[in-house]
Amino acid sequence: MAGELALIAVSAMLVNNFVLARFLGICPFLGVSRRMESAVGMSMAVLFVMTVASLVSWLVQRLILAPFGLEYLRTITFILVIASLVQLVEMVVQKTSPVLYQALGIFLPLITTNCAILGVALLVQQKDYGFLQTLTFAVAASLGFGLALVLLAGLRTSLALAALPRAFQGNAIVLITAGILSLAFMGFSGLVRG
Amino acid sequence: MAAPPAVLAAPPAAVSRESTAVPGSGAVLAPPAVTVADLRADLVRGLWRENGVFKQMLGLCPTLAVTTTAHGGLAMGLATLAVIVASNASVSMVRGWIPTAVRIPCFIVIIATFVTVVDLAMNAFAHELHKTLGLFIPLIVVNCIVLGRADAFASKRPLARALADGLGVGLGFTMALLALGVVRELLGFGTVFGAAVFPAAYPPFLLFVLPPGAFIALGLMLAVMNRRQARLGV
Repeated sequence: MAGELALIAVSAMLVNNFVLARFLGICPFLGVSRRMESAVGMSMAVLFVMTVASLVSWLVQRLILAPFGLEYLRTITFILVIASLVQLVEMVVQKTSPVLYQALGIFLPLITTNCAILGVALLVQQKDYGFLQTLTFAVAASLGFGLALVLLAGLRTSLALAALPRAFQGNAIVLITAGILSLAFMGFSGLVRG
Repeated sequence: MAAPPAVLAAPPAAVSRESTAVPGSGAVLAPPAVTVADLRADLVRGLWRENGVFKQMLGLCPTLAVTTTAHGGLAMGLATLAVIVASNASVSMVRGWIPTAVRIPCFIVIIATFVTVVDLAMNAFAHELHKTLGLFIPLIVVNCIVLGRADAFASKRPLARALADGLGVGLGFTMALLALGVVRELLGFGTVFGAAVFPAAYPPFLLFVLPPGAFIALGLMLAVMNRRQARLGV
């Protein structure tokens, strides 16, 4: 069991990195990686929301959708669960921890349309994971997202000082940098089969 | 890199034709009289000048994920086109009844409904394609372009204009995915839509089919476009 969980974790974090291999959550990956602080803040917010959202949607699937044969409503249900959860988390954090709210506040609304969150919820159903596996998968996936985001933020900080050809300035060089990062992550592909 | 200029030669012509129309001219709240010029401006705007992928860097997850072949890119583009047109039309028709405070959840439910329709229809009538595109069909729900058009445009405009806008933006998205798919398939396998273009001796350049190639190909295409634009003095 522990071995299986470790395998899921390594696979979700490194081998099938959500951003660099699966293309989930590209918008925040490119959007908030300009500065290191916002990259770290976004990673934390995603870690939090992704873990909670995947567990809640797992419960919804097991307790409501599957028993009543409503699987075709999965997409609608999950996106609503995620949207309301994000709203709820925002309100709770605002009331209970102003410090945390200041750090994560502006990132929370953006997370509803982060496809990595809905992606995890759907992938968990596709792979038919149990509760512990879901938890491991979600935490590892969000850590992998954070890793990629922080790495790119570091690279972009250096890029800002580099003399670039005119045509490559802006998004072009960021995409190519992300491509090289993704190439580096392909080196992990021998670690886990499948 | 001979392909991108050829593929992208069409849109600039469309832009120059449109430049006589004032963008957003229908924003006033007076009783909307929809003119043909309005409709044409709405249709053309999304094709190139406000292209979701190339100009605004939105909806990149499906763009990068499914464009290993031209076929996948075209299919994903058309699926998204169907959702945008349907959701724009519905949002425009119910725009008077949705309270501003809860508009986003309402739009998301409308979009999710059409995504489910497309998902189930594709599974029934194009099962192989459904398997190839996989996760990214349900993920059309969180494509920022779809929600963006619903909120920024369709919720404030009459039906005809929302339809024209949805069609334009959807076609622009399809075109971008098709272009990226063609470039990646051509460089990766030497084929386009499965038909050999390069001589059989062309060794498959797998990088462009693998995930890193998606980022690099789009990055290079943006660079080529930047250069073209700099040359044209835009």
